[in-house]
Amino acid sequence: MSDIPSDLRYTNDHEWLRTAGTAWRVGITQFAVNQLGDITIVELPKVGDLVTKGQQFGSIESVKSVSDLLAPVSGRVIAVNEALKDSPEHVNESPYDAGWMIDIEPSDKAELDELMTPAAYTTLVADA
Amino acid sequence: MERKRTPLWELHKQHGARLIDFGGWDMPVAYTAGTIKEHKAVRDSVGLFDVSHMGEVYLRGPRVREAVELLTSNAVASAPAGKAVYTLLCRPSGGVVDDCIFYKRSDEEFFVIVNASNTAKDLDWLRDHTRGLCDIDDVSDATALIAVQGPKAVALVDRLAGGTLTSLTSFTFADAVVAGVPCVAARTGYTGEDGFELACASGDAVRLWSALVDNLPDGGLPIGLGARDTLRLESRLPLYGNDLDDDHTPLEAGLGWAVKLDREFLGAQALREQKQRGLSRQLVGFKIADDTRAIARHGYPVVDRSLGAGEAAVIGTVTSGGPGVCVGGAIGLAYVPIASAKPGTQLTIECRGKDIPATVVSGKFYKRAQP
Repeated sequence: MSDIPSDLRYTNDHEWLRTAGTAWRVGITQFAVNQLGDITIVELPKVGDLVTKGQQFGSIESVKSVSDLLAPVSGRVIAVNEALKDSPEHVNESPYDAGWMIDIEPSDKAELDELMTPAAYTTLVADA
Repeated sequence: MERKRTPLWELHKQHGARLIDFGGWDMPVAYTAGTIKEHKAVRDSVGLFDVSHMGEVYLRGPRVREAVELLTSNAVASAPAGKAVYTLLCRPSGGVVDDCIFYKRSDEEFFVIVNASNTAKDLDWLRDHTRGLCDIDDVSDATALIAVQGPKAVALVDRLAGGTLTSLTSFTFADAVVAGVPCVAARTGYTGEDGFELACASGDAVRLWSALVDNLPDGGLPIGLGARDTLRLESRLPLYGNDLDDDHTPLEAGLGWAVKLDREFLGAQALREQKQRGLSRQLVGFKIADDTRAIARHGYPVVDRSLGAGEAAVIGTVTSGGPGVCVGGAIGLAYVPIASAKPGTQLTIECRGKDIPATVVSGKFYKRAQP
């Protein structure tokens, strides 16, 4: 039912990560988007901010609700998708591409091994 | 607990609706278009709403007018037959049991549509306070309700009714046959747009809904509860449980127009006293500028930081809030002290730990163009 690309890693919080050079790009999954409905505001950190795995790095507001965005890994934010400020609908329309949120340069590479594979995430979503 | 289903549940599933729990009902929050597109469809074209979860009750008997007079804040009992009247049911304290529409069929028969989440409570209230003056017939399970709303709604329904409904003016109703289905057709709604609400037998609901879907004009869509909420908020229509409750009076909620204090009814004495004393708090509309990028939601505190730290700063509470889909920024309703209720007043609302500026505005956020 949900689109789960096979070249990404995933978290329990329905975020995806894609390796981009030394950094990892972060967004939310199609499943999360389906649950949230139309997204109206995405609040993101600034370039250079440090984020900690499991801690809030931003928030996402849909028409009906607001949710925390939790950092999937610890590290430094090296890029932010500024386009979401004016066009949060990119997250709805293209969660894995135009709807990306931040690039993190991980401080602890071991954390990357704890991310879910597409198969594991597919199981998680199937049970949800 | 198993969620209740309306007669249209199967169709909603087939059309890809996202279903959520709403007061014990499994209801579409949005279809595939999503809340924002659905909201705009109702403003620009027409939307179909399954609101069969709402409660429907008949009050009947030779003395039913006495019972209705006692229960309702607005002039319902004395209305002409064929008139629909918005009213509050008040407690003796003046607090609100529910807000609802009474449809006067005759001096001996009234049809009432009540909020889904309040149906059981309202029935108890009616049984306890009609003093045996009338029969109470709960037809909620046997009745489906479909709202057709938007600038193209009247033409759509009227065509399916063979042109019999053109004479119905705002807040009137008539028995009609729409797409072959016997209905009570009322020129009422909860979106700020023109349109009809059609009550029919549960067994006919699929036929009526399908006929409406098949005849939708360009831009018309089925609409979920998500857009129903953003539409009613933009038109500043209160929602029971958010903006109205047992602890706030209709005068505080700005519904004085639906309270006729020259009559005797449950709560009249308390409301007259409150009016004489003057209000200490009031429900106001507020706007948050688009570039602030924040939404103040139900339960967020309105604060005045000059009063101190923590709880000491709280002067009011947001009761409804969301994006202003057609008016931009974010909008909402909040109870605030009367001194902060004047249009133009700057409010501060604590949104998830951040102080956000908001401005008190009067009237509807969105006003539809008059035809």
